[in-house]
Amino acid sequence: MRTTTKLWIGLGILILLSPLGLLLPEHFKAGDAWGEWGADTFKELIGYIPQGLEKLSSLWSAPIPDYAFKGQVEKGLPSLSFAYIISAIIGVTITVLIVLFIGRKLTRKK
Amino acid sequence: MHIPDGYLGPATSGIMYAVMLPIWAVASRIVKKTLKSKQVPFLAISAAFSFVIMMFNVPIPAGTTGHATGAVLAAILVGPWAACIAVTVALVVQALLFGDGGITAIGANCFNMAFVEVFVGYYLYKLISGSSLIISKRRVIAAGIAGYIALNIAALSTAIMFGIQPLLHRGPQGESLYCPYGLNVAIPMMLGEHLLVFGWVEAVVTALVIKYLQKQDPALLGAQEEMAV
Repeated sequence: MRTTTKLWIGLGILILLSPLGLLLPEHFKAGDAWGEWGADTFKELIGYIPQGLEKLSSLWSAPIPDYAFKGQVEKGLPSLSFAYIISAIIGVTITVLIVLFIGRKLTRKK
Repeated sequence: MHIPDGYLGPATSGIMYAVMLPIWAVASRIVKKTLKSKQVPFLAISAAFSFVIMMFNVPIPAGTTGHATGAVLAAILVGPWAACIAVTVALVVQALLFGDGGITAIGANCFNMAFVEVFVGYYLYKLISGSSLIISKRRVIAAGIAGYIALNIAALSTAIMFGIQPLLHRGPQGESLYCPYGLNVAIPMMLGEHLLVFGWVEAVVTALVIKYLQKQDPALLGAQEEMAV
């Protein structure tokens, strides 16, 4: 089997294992990454929400925020894990397509 | 390490976009000259790997989470300029589709992970590998050390961006407008967790993939590294 084929398979396995990136932090009661809290968290951290931060934080509403579909946070971990895998598939597919497109443009016979 | 919207004031976000624009332009010019069509699948795999490895949040029990980025691996496999483009694509998709990293902070996040980490990692790897054989153990260790140090330099750069906000922006009552933590908090927090935990994850991931490729297909790894400029 060609090495690139094996690497694609490895990537597929990583996608299937990706919910570990959700479940392990949950299991070990780890919170957000440092400096990646939601605006509301600042009330607990420093007693107020910095004004500029509050305004800018809602600037963009991503279609699949935090790799989960809307209304799924309440449905629990199995459902979130499923959404995480779907997000990984969507994200990887779009990333690959964009890079292949760029790659083709940049290597076109000069 | 994905700075969200609102943590950086307009000055910092704007400057980082202004810094990245010429870097992206130079990257595409250089890659256009040097990229062989054989490398394109590797470019795509590197970007995809970077995207997915960043989803593997590693916990510090009862603390924070963090992750590897795959940026140094990409740099070794396709060269720093092509890796800059690959990691940029992963970061832009994360920001736009998944809200992981802010859209105003795309310049800043790309500077940290697609530029600083990529170039520090690439040149450290080259420096430590020296003229050793493509299958030598030295290259596996070089990949690990490069991953560890480069991720930490990127974390430091991120911490500095966070930490200068209280110096740049204050409200009338002296309250913070953007990231409220100064350099004295941001640097020890960001650097501490990356030195202790996440840097090791990047080191292991980078070294393991290089080791796998050495065993699996040394000719391919050699050819890749030769083309990687």
